[in-house]
Amino acid sequence: MSHGAPRGANCAPSQRPLADTRAPDEGDGVDTSPSVSDRIAKTTCYMCACRCGIDVHIKDGKVRYINGNKDHPVNRGVICGKGSSGIMQHYSPARLKKPLLRTGPRGSGEFREIEWEEAFSIATERLSAIRRTDPKKLAFFTGRDQSQSLTGWWASQFGTPNFAAHGGFCSVNMAAGGLYTIGGSFWEFGEPDWDNTKYFMLFGVAEDHDSNPIKIGLGKLKARGAKVVSINPCRTGYNAIADDWIGIRPGTDGLFVFALIHELMKAGRVDLDYLLRYTNAHTLVIQEPGAADDGLFVRDDKGNPLAWDRVAKTPINAADPNAKPALTGSFTIDGRRCVPVFQLVADRYLDESYSPDAVAERCGIPADTIRRITAELAHVAFEQTIELPVAWTDWAGRRHETIKGRPVSMHAMRGISAHSNGFHSCRAIHLLQVLLGTVDVPGGFRFKPPYPRPTPPGPKPAGKNVQPMTPLEGMPLGFVCGPDDLLVDEAGTPIRIDKAYSWDAPLAAHGLMHTVIRNAWAGDPYRIDTLMMYMSNMAWNSSMNTVETIAMLTDADEAGNYKIPFIIYSDAYYSETVPFADLVLPDTTYLERHDCISLLDRPISHADGPGDAIRHPVVEPDRDVRPFQSVLIELGARLGLPGFVDDDGSAKYRGYADYIVNHERTPGIGPLAGWRGKDGTAIGSGAVNPDQLQRYIDNGGFWHHDFSADQRYYKMANRSYLGFAEQMGFIPKAEPIVFQLYSEPMQRFRLAARGHGRVQPPEAERSRIETYMDPLPFWYAPFEEAAVDLQKYPLHALTQRPMHMYHSWGSQNAWLRQITSQNRLFVHHQTAAGLGLADDDWVWIESINGRVKGQIKLVDGVNADTVWTWNAIGKRRGSWGLKDDAAESNRGFLLNHIIGDQTSADANGKRYSNSDPVTGQAAWFDLRVRIAKCMAQEAGFTEPQFERFHQPPRFEPAPDKLSFGVEFRRNREATE
Amino acid sequence: MHPAFSVVFFTTATGAGYGLLALLGVLGGLGFIPPDFWLGLIGMGLALGLIAAGLLSSTGHLGRPERAWRAFSQWRSSWLSREGVASVLTFIPAGLFGISWVFFARTGSWVAIAGLLAAIGAVVTVCTTGMIYASLKPIAQWHSRYTLPGYLIFSAMTGSTLLNALLQGFGVGMRTVLVASLLVTLLGWGWKLATWRYNDRQEIPTNANTATGLAGGTVRSLEWPHTEENYLLKEMGFRIARKHGAKLRLITQVSAFALPVLLLAAAFVLPKPFAAVVCVLAATVQFAGMLVERWLFFAEAKHTVTLYYGR
Amino acid sequence: MTCLPAHTDKRLGLVIDLDTCVGCQACVTACKEWNTGGHMAPLTDIDPYGGNVDGVWFNRVHSYEHTTEMGGRTVNFPRSCLHCETPACVTVCPTGASYKRASDGIVLIDEDKCIGCKLCSWACPYGAREFDTDVGVMKKCTLCVDRIYNDNLAEEDRVPACVAACPTSARHFGDLGDPSSAVSQLVAERGGVDLMPEMGYHPTNKYLPPRAHTQRAASVAAPALEPVRAEGGFLGWVDRMLSN
Repeated sequence: MSHGAPRGANCAPSQRPLADTRAPDEGDGVDTSPSVSDRIAKTTCYMCACRCGIDVHIKDGKVRYINGNKDHPVNRGVICGKGSSGIMQHYSPARLKKPLLRTGPRGSGEFREIEWEEAFSIATERLSAIRRTDPKKLAFFTGRDQSQSLTGWWASQFGTPNFAAHGGFCSVNMAAGGLYTIGGSFWEFGEPDWDNTKYFMLFGVAEDHDSNPIKIGLGKLKARGAKVVSINPCRTGYNAIADDWIGIRPGTDGLFVFALIHELMKAGRVDLDYLLRYTNAHTLVIQEPGAADDGLFVRDDKGNPLAWDRVAKTPINAADPNAKPALTGSFTIDGRRCVPVFQLVADRYLDESYSPDAVAERCGIPADTIRRITAELAHVAFEQTIELPVAWTDWAGRRHETIKGRPVSMHAMRGISAHSNGFHSCRAIHLLQVLLGTVDVPGGFRFKPPYPRPTPPGPKPAGKNVQPMTPLEGMPLGFVCGPDDLLVDEAGTPIRIDKAYSWDAPLAAHGLMHTVIRNAWAGDPYRIDTLMMYMSNMAWNSSMNTVETIAMLTDADEAGNYKIPFIIYSDAYYSETVPFADLVLPDTTYLERHDCISLLDRPISHADGPGDAIRHPVVEPDRDVRPFQSVLIELGARLGLPGFVDDDGSAKYRGYADYIVNHERTPGIGPLAGWRGKDGTAIGSGAVNPDQLQRYIDNGGFWHHDFSADQRYYKMANRSYLGFAEQMGFIPKAEPIVFQLYSEPMQRFRLAARGHGRVQPPEAERSRIETYMDPLPFWYAPFEEAAVDLQKYPLHALTQRPMHMYHSWGSQNAWLRQITSQNRLFVHHQTAAGLGLADDDWVWIESINGRVKGQIKLVDGVNADTVWTWNAIGKRRGSWGLKDDAAESNRGFLLNHIIGDQTSADANGKRYSNSDPVTGQAAWFDLRVRIAKCMAQEAGFTEPQFERFHQPPRFEPAPDKLSFGVEFRRNREATE
Repeated sequence: MHPAFSVVFFTTATGAGYGLLALLGVLGGLGFIPPDFWLGLIGMGLALGLIAAGLLSSTGHLGRPERAWRAFSQWRSSWLSREGVASVLTFIPAGLFGISWVFFARTGSWVAIAGLLAAIGAVVTVCTTGMIYASLKPIAQWHSRYTLPGYLIFSAMTGSTLLNALLQGFGVGMRTVLVASLLVTLLGWGWKLATWRYNDRQEIPTNANTATGLAGGTVRSLEWPHTEENYLLKEMGFRIARKHGAKLRLITQVSAFALPVLLLAAAFVLPKPFAAVVCVLAATVQFAGMLVERWLFFAEAKHTVTLYYGR
Repeated sequence: MTCLPAHTDKRLGLVIDLDTCVGCQACVTACKEWNTGGHMAPLTDIDPYGGNVDGVWFNRVHSYEHTTEMGGRTVNFPRSCLHCETPACVTVCPTGASYKRASDGIVLIDEDKCIGCKLCSWACPYGAREFDTDVGVMKKCTLCVDRIYNDNLAEEDRVPACVAACPTSARHFGDLGDPSSAVSQLVAERGGVDLMPEMGYHPTNKYLPPRAHTQRAASVAAPALEPVRAEGGFLGWVDRMLSN
């Protein structure tokens, strides 16, 4: 018996097959070698956003089994609880069967089935009229969508700026916080150096994007004995296995990080060399209060930021590799006072208001713990440095004989992101990483290509000039560098329906999907005609303030016309949002379609090299459904959108697969980077290869390129890497990426608030802009906490999705729902005792926005000021193919009902979206509640309750029994 | 443990049936109870009827009753299999004895031997039933030295009370049988009290710490693997409130022991027809009481798997 | 035959690392998915979309809060058949349906012989047996006996589905009867324990207890930080560092 080289993540000697895998002669008649599959199709999972490679075993024409692809760079053979349950998602009774046209009142669920031709003509007629008159009256928003390079481009070609995916209510604080600071971000766009890190800090991470890579990585750390520190109010999941669990009070992470920074600085434990080489720490900032350029960088004639050469005692180009820049002090250049960025950093964070003692109580963390963590960070970063014996050359041509690293790594996700102070908290963490010199170094946090990108990346959001029958000048989403880039009109009114890139949310890199329904309903800033959505449950768990959101979707004017006139929705399942659509376009499952996981949006790269992947149909649809992307492409052709039709007006692409292969965004650059060129030998850039999809399929559904050893670290300044990145189109030019401790773009907004520049905020917005567009990260209390009576609402309330359902619509899944079909509110024992509550009690959970009823479970592993629950377990009766007695709609509850979608009115009476003021990120976790035991007769069932949806035509009731798999056995035994 | 009625009835009925069979076999076979067609028919009918009904009821607990015959095969290791074998084997001498004694009014010699063998078979079968429970280590309340004697005592008790009622009913009451049923009921009462006392006080070494391998401190269940109840919880996670249990223990004591004792005692002093009535009443009440006792036997038994669920 | 083999050639089993398990349920559904079409197919789900949902699962993950004087921790705890050396679930079986394989020690059920008396589930202290009410027979973990020797799978895939799936590498598989095997060495190194050893079932599967936090990591030795003493405090230090 011989073994090949072990492959995959689980290949330790204690995880391998037996040395001799021949079946022993037991004589018990057990068939130890049943046939498993007739064929194996290798594709990409879509049970969540992790994009793992899967081997789908097909037997007797059905999906027998799905396991992880050992060669795949994301999951290396492992598979999560969702991935293995994909079968049940595919065979879900909640699946839609055919296009639907609403017949009853909106929200009733009364539909009739129509043919695709009718569906297309309804949509085409409606959308053509919009495009001919005012394209922005189409709002096109997608949810858990991984094809944004297509959907965004479609919107752009249509001519509407009103496009975004769901990032605004998900991750934009992290994306913007990262991209404006280090040119990359957490989420799935970077990762700790799992093989080398010795100290790993995990901020606010539950199961999330990158779920299998994180789990594989944690397994490595545990096996190696590296220390894992989790900062999270809840001690579940990853946090359960941390060596140190810091049960922080929600929304205070930034404060905690500033205390770490304060202590590190005080002790002289920052990496000055790293700061000088890779950041703008030495860049000079003008200090002329009242001047139009106060707070901007001192620049030379060519616009290069300047530093002060402490040896030559002269200003010098900050990027000059030969400079000896000062980091401290105050200088006068051309009669104007200026200081290095680092002086401002030191001034701010050395302040005693950031000392451990000053923040301990607010963070709920003892000052001694903060000091201990700082000491550990410093010890590992500065005493346990590592060096890889690999020579590399930096951007300036300096050769380094080894790659040095400070093995402290960090990762942060939704716990940071989903607060109204999340942008600055995220920046704070990046600041900490940079001060320790641990970004993209061995043992540190590493970029995944195409990151790092310029800080911020280049393209600006398009949409300033919306004209009938005219594409936008670029893509709807982008990065602003100052007020001039905002999408506001002369009066300061937002151009976009979601108010992204307006004074409400200047750095809204992902749009604000969570504001669309309210704004469209209120006609603020204007009325729209059609809301087109894809794969997002906006009438339930993807919206804040669900009850009112539902009312807005169904609200009509005096004439009986809906205030949101027309809603087109595409989904594969009968979700809570489908009944609110006028036209339903049924999508396929992930096993029936083509997809591309592209470097143009969210690829499958890892830190050692870029990669992308496809999905391809592994089973045929058994119903009249079509993949949304193909539908969108056909709609584009029927509308005659530029790029979707040939010169003769005929459709340019036969569906998504054709588009994936033949579309070129810029010459040579298409959705897929692998096997380009006529002969399929080019990567990144190259001519269209008609065999490209087959090459992907032959390779297991993905393409991946491994960097050479010298390209793997210091990518922000690594000559070899930067050259590669330019060639691949990741960055416009092979120039170093400079980390921005101090954000000049933010200062430009502040200056506008002070009355400088062409584009200035309306009077009422000035102080808000001045406060929150601080060029250095700072901490402020989350908005709801600052607004409510804390005596009355003493508790923080959080949600997290269980690992087995994260990003997966699991309640329809016969297997996953068994694991969690009722959610409890987890309450700390002490807190419950203080409130006279016992385990299993039913309580009202009340916020300023309303109340919801659920059952509690007492725990110790939670911050005592915090209660939390599993999110999106509560379901509305009549949805998701569930029976009326399902626990989800009787005992499970949805916390969204009591999360406000707006802030309390400010002094001017204005209510903003319940979002971060910088990015517009939805502030889900700002919620404050109180809990009280409900009356005896109220116990046992959740409230509020909603009317049951009608079932779509030809929907069969869910079966009473599921014997999935019996047919494989029967067929197997029949052939024996 | 879930007190499934099929099993509660099975053990109670066969216990009483085998008790009665053993007594009839010995006393009838040896001629202490003179052969009488109707007495014999009803007596043996009752004994074998209870046994058969019990065994039939027990198959109601099976997922695949049509395969029940397979249960006779593993007598070398399985008490359940031994019970099956013993119960069936017992029917042979019991049948022979019954036919001879009832229909042919024969006693002595091979009829006595058949009766004796039936009695031995009955005792053995009751022992195997008791051992099914007594051998189960995961259930501390069963895996004790009280279980097997308990099964034997309760079988003798319900059997003798039935026999007494039968004899009294047919006007051939025997003082020794009356005395015996009274004494064995008192013994049963005492045994049950001792069993409860033992169970309530026993220190079970298995706890959530040993179940999870997490040493020291407390181990508290946070979340079940699945939020709804599964087979394990339905079958073995049965819980009875302490208050409810105490009430049922009282009912058991009154109906299975105290009331029968009083009724049987009354039979000493009451004139014949009334004595017969109270004896029949005693047997009936006791049987009902034993159903409650057996229900509690299951309901109060705690399986170690419940430790995983924090129950 | 429900008498136990006097000796098994191998003692195949799992080793589960409680220090590493994050409770993600990957092993749970991987097991369900493989086995519902495998040797004991199907793993029936009753009322799969309703209020009384109850399915057959061979592997279930609990979570606990373990509190000692050292503090508290959350422990995720996968529970499945331990393939005991002296499993009473086998010996109590009246029909011979339950048996322990002499070759590899796997405890199996011959479904065709099972009468569904449920006694084996009573005899198992660990709750490893799952009754399929629809089929009327008992089912249980097979240690993926239809994977680990399966000629129709690539050799590298011949491990139990739960082990192949586990994203954190918290599950291990091998011959625990061979002291030189990788799993045995892992158990020895990490102080693997038996569940309910007092029951005397001698489980084959072992659990690796969570490691004490104090035993971990280089950073433990970190000395407390002292403020820089240079003139001018931190900024003075910065200047001094740069001029060096």
